Amino acid sequence: MSETALMGVSRQKLLLDLVGVRKTFDGFNAVERIDLSVMEGEFFTIVGPSGSGKTTLLRMLAGMDQPSEGAIYLRGESLNDMPANKRPTCLVFQSLALFPHMTVGQNIEFALKMRKIAPAARKERALELMRVVRLPETYYSKNVMKCSGGEKQRVALARAFTYDPEILLFDEPLSALDYKLRKTLEKELKDLHRETGKTFIYITHSLEEAMVMSDRIGVMRDGRLVQVGTPEEIYTKPSDKFVSEFMGEVNIVRVRPDGSGRYKSEDLAGSFTVNAPASTDGYVVIRPEFLRFLALPSDADNCLTGRVHNEYSLGSRVQYQVRVGERMFLVEQPRRQSFGGGDVTIGWDAADAIFVAE
Amino acid sequence: MESHALQIQDSAISGAVKKSRGPLLTPGARCALPVIVLLLLGFAAPLTAVIAYSFAEPHSFNVFSSFSFANYAEIFNTENTVWMSFLWSLSLAAVTVLMLSVIAYPIAYGMVYVFGRWSGLVSTLFVFPLFISENVRLYGWVLFFIKNGVFDGTLNLLGGADAPEVLYSPGIILFGMIYTYLPYMLFPLVLGLSLLPRDVVDAAKDLGASRYQVWREIELPLAMPGFMIGLLLTFVLAVGAIAESKVLGGQSVIVLTHDIEVSFTYAQNWPLGSALAVLITLITGGLTLFMLFKLDLDRVLGRK
Repeated sequence: MSETALMGVSRQKLLLDLVGVRKTFDGFNAVERIDLSVMEGEFFTIVGPSGSGKTTLLRMLAGMDQPSEGAIYLRGESLNDMPANKRPTCLVFQSLALFPHMTVGQNIEFALKMRKIAPAARKERALELMRVVRLPETYYSKNVMKCSGGEKQRVALARAFTYDPEILLFDEPLSALDYKLRKTLEKELKDLHRETGKTFIYITHSLEEAMVMSDRIGVMRDGRLVQVGTPEEIYTKPSDKFVSEFMGEVNIVRVRPDGSGRYKSEDLAGSFTVNAPASTDGYVVIRPEFLRFLALPSDADNCLTGRVHNEYSLGSRVQYQVRVGERMFLVEQPRRQSFGGGDVTIGWDAADAIFVAE
Repeated sequence: MESHALQIQDSAISGAVKKSRGPLLTPGARCALPVIVLLLLGFAAPLTAVIAYSFAEPHSFNVFSSFSFANYAEIFNTENTVWMSFLWSLSLAAVTVLMLSVIAYPIAYGMVYVFGRWSGLVSTLFVFPLFISENVRLYGWVLFFIKNGVFDGTLNLLGGADAPEVLYSPGIILFGMIYTYLPYMLFPLVLGLSLLPRDVVDAAKDLGASRYQVWREIELPLAMPGFMIGLLLTFVLAVGAIAESKVLGGQSVIVLTHDIEVSFTYAQNWPLGSALAVLITLITGGLTLFMLFKLDLDRVLGRK
């Protein structure tokens, strides 16, 4: 974890501490020695492609799976031997896992019923939470299976909050929803986080979703945490090629030092100026919005010559595919430009590109 | 003028076409016709005959030409023994179903959650005996339990002690029924339990439910449709059971089906046999309808 990542949360107390946590299924390492600290009240998101072990990690936090090695500490006390029904965590499942034979109210009240709270108090709490997640009061006695996708989502959320768990765990709960609803719920979730002040640990395969909501993000790959940091850090200083690719559409050029302080690429002509800490092989990552069309090659630190292959409207911006030799580069511009069909020059400044070591 | 006449003719024709189409069946009804005919001939007709016979004069074949409640009166007359066989059948069936649910639930649970890749083998083991005739299997048990049989002989050889005589008693009838009907309870239960999503159970635990609470609040209600099908199936089968009491029970207990059989054969009292059949049909039929009203078949078949 870098120092800036810690600065934002330094006044907060350490809540969860994972030390060398590892999980093996039949000889396969699903999670590989993870060390991670989560602060009180933090919105921490774990991002990774499917099969990266993020769900397994979450299930271990919830107590549904036990670590094969290592320990999870909550305020310094080991959680390893504590079963799921005793932990102060609550998981919102990807499938939502609502109880299909119960009403909305019974679903939300379930945790309280298990704790033998009186029916009147249960109902009061359920209605309170239904207001928080914006479900109409009339839904209290509605069959939960008759609710729409977004409503089910809200029921699952309210259900997780009933008994006031300290840590809420989310396993891609929004992945099954359409884009517009997902955007709405992302914001509501973030509001909910701010209002309740609880610690949220959220899993998603969409870095975009992670960026919108999180205080800090952990990127996972093959059971390992590749990078942990604030959304800004992940965006501007990806630790390796995998993280930068995961950020979305980027141009990546593999480069090596040419001995004279500049860098060369195998499949591109010319040499480039790269802001690299040391003279090593690596990748230059250029975001499409940092590539621009040049009137003169000297208008930017680096330039390439190619032809416009295709253009797409992204609504607020236009994206161009530019063919340079055998490669495609993505260039994003705020406005449509017209090209005569001849060669174009694209370029970027060394300060705008990111260098990641091999 | 001409065209007008033509128009009238036209509408007359179309009217005639419509009329001739009226009595013809809809495609759905036409497709259902073979099944309707089959059910009328093979189901409704015999049932009507049996119901009619149950109201005929006792010991006669005067069906449709006499009417009397004497057969039903005879069943409920405590001087006769018919009511006893009725009671035996119902109570044996009830106890069988009860025992089966206690026995089958853990096995079904194991097959769904515990046995893993062995559960295929386990279910094959439970299905396999069904390929052999029930009577043959029951005679197999007789050979096992009979004096100087497999059980007795082995005990004699090992310790010189005699095996307890269990054959020809109500207990062994119950054993035979439980043995015979176990698969019919087991597989609906397996189906019911396997429809239970794993996440839902995990969620219940996560929300603080103990093992018992998970079972009572989640597992049992969600497996209930399968459970009810099992209960229904085994009860209906067990009420009609006859081989167990004949082969294993050695007629130590006369069950209802045996009485019905005797009425139609040796006793030549078809009206009494019919009355018994009608009564038991009413009981099982009523139970089935009641269960089906309570049951969501769509959920059992995974259509929801």
